[in-house]
Amino acid sequence: MGISIYKAGFRYTEWAFRDLTLRVEPGEIAAILGPNGRGKTTLLKAVLGLLPLEEGSVEHGGNPGYVPQSAQTVFAYKVIDMVLMGRARHVGAFGSPRREDYEIARHCLDRLGIRRFENRLVTRLSGGERQLVLIARALASGCRTILLDEPASALDFRNQQVILDTLRSLAREHGMTVLFSTHYPQHATCLADKVLLMQGAGSHQFGDTAQILTEENLRQLYGIEMRSVEFTHNGSALRTFVPAFGFPDRDVEISRGVV
Amino acid sequence: MSTGIKGVLSNRLSIASGWSPWLFLPMLLLLSALAALGTGRFAISPDKVFGILASQVVPLDVFWTETEARVVMLARLPRILMAIIVGGGLAMAGAALQGIFRNPLADPQIVGVSAGAAFGGVLALLLFPSSVLVMLSAFLFGMIALGVVYWFSHAGGRSLVLMLVLAGVVVGALFGALVSLITYLADPQDELPAIVFWLMGSFATASYEKVATVAIPVLAGGMLMYLMRFRINVMSLGDEDAGTLGISVQRSRWMVLAGVTAITAATVAVAGVIGWVGLVIPHAARMMTGADHRTLLPVSALLGAIYMLIIDSIARSATAMEIPIGILTAIIGAPVFIVLLKRNKLGGWHGD
Repeated sequence: MGISIYKAGFRYTEWAFRDLTLRVEPGEIAAILGPNGRGKTTLLKAVLGLLPLEEGSVEHGGNPGYVPQSAQTVFAYKVIDMVLMGRARHVGAFGSPRREDYEIARHCLDRLGIRRFENRLVTRLSGGERQLVLIARALASGCRTILLDEPASALDFRNQQVILDTLRSLAREHGMTVLFSTHYPQHATCLADKVLLMQGAGSHQFGDTAQILTEENLRQLYGIEMRSVEFTHNGSALRTFVPAFGFPDRDVEISRGVV
Repeated sequence: MSTGIKGVLSNRLSIASGWSPWLFLPMLLLLSALAALGTGRFAISPDKVFGILASQVVPLDVFWTETEARVVMLARLPRILMAIIVGGGLAMAGAALQGIFRNPLADPQIVGVSAGAAFGGVLALLLFPSSVLVMLSAFLFGMIALGVVYWFSHAGGRSLVLMLVLAGVVVGALFGALVSLITYLADPQDELPAIVFWLMGSFATASYEKVATVAIPVLAGGMLMYLMRFRINVMSLGDEDAGTLGISVQRSRWMVLAGVTAITAATVAVAGVIGWVGLVIPHAARMMTGADHRTLLPVSALLGAIYMLIIDSIARSATAMEIPIGILTAIIGAPVFIVLLKRNKLGGWHGD
């Protein structure tokens, strides 16, 4: 079923986004890029149905799973208990998880390769491991669509790779629809089929990654110089974007070993 | 991961999984209750206590005096039952509140219900001093306090945890002031001592009617919270996360609060304001079993019952004069709380 957003608009006092239309098919990955405070999280919440749209409509097959930007864990729950909470929708207000809920939760841990953490406390895990637990929790709801709010932002490069691999396998191997926001254009270039650029106040672009992710578009989006870099690694051609933060003399000095 | 952390971890988990509170705590509760039945200014040996209890169900040769039977059955048993119900109820309510407010300092007093119930009780003591009316009035005003808090916290449209806590503090302060006003107006000869003694909390006037009065709301509220034990886990993730997991946060929260109010108002009605139990016991329980409310709620209830039973036994037998229970729970509770926090900084809490 995927995600269909048609002419959607939402505002607090000013429009966070307006006249926004996009379509992500099952098995596809879409990335949302945009500066802070331009409506990325707001859009995800609207797709979830947590914020009521002012105009337009959102369609998705059943309730999407959601991975928040960061989990502020006040209580030191065990990993399995945390993942079980993904079953909340199915368990009911007066129920408790049954054997089948445990089986689903363990299966989700298996799928992400973190079954060995089952009985650890969430608070004792590293940032990357914790992010995987949150993805497992979202999957435990049985969703076919998953929304992730900057899933790799607070992670080191190795763990970013782990999360990106996970998203890739969810879409390619399990046919899920993946929509995630990010601050890294390279996450979109390496992974996403579609990209949405959000500039705020109703200005946005959506389309295939190759068409949308250009130096010019990113320059406009972030308001700083962005350069596309192409190189080969292990025999395959890769493309990424690098922000030029703008101290050219210093960069030259560093390359000469002066600083 | 370093071996140090692993060591701590396996240690914690072995405590959580290898040690069964379900056998140990009920046994301890039963033994404390039997011991408490024999303890007091009028000591009765354990075999006699046992005989008196057993003779209620099976015919036995009487080897105890009539007075001893009366002390056990009419004076101590209702009092002990009341302490168990009140302690268990308050501790469970505290555990549930700390969960839904994500706050280690939450206890039944924070939502203003205690103060409301105290005002209701004091008002009844001043106007129509009958114990039934005192209970009814305390219960009624406890409910009114929750209603006012509900209305307050919805004033800005959506109800946030912060608004709820603020409303609880405001309503608590208001009813606290009204209680002061009544104590100021009360006749210092007979009304004032009755009010002050009632406010300090006591099980001294326990009877089987009072046991029944407090048992029904406490069991109802406790059952509601126990049914919602998994939902409380989800709510403890915070409003946003819980909402994205597909639950109705507001409705769930008010349902838990209704259970807490039933328990708090009923306990204040029969035993006055007893602080600290709802605050300290959940922390101790969390150190034993971990944060999961599915085990935390029943373990808190058991632990709270044991704690209250022991404190009340001290209150009635340590000195010639009975010590008001509210004073003892604070004197013992405050240092215990500090020790618990110092010994295990996390104890199932991770901070925000």
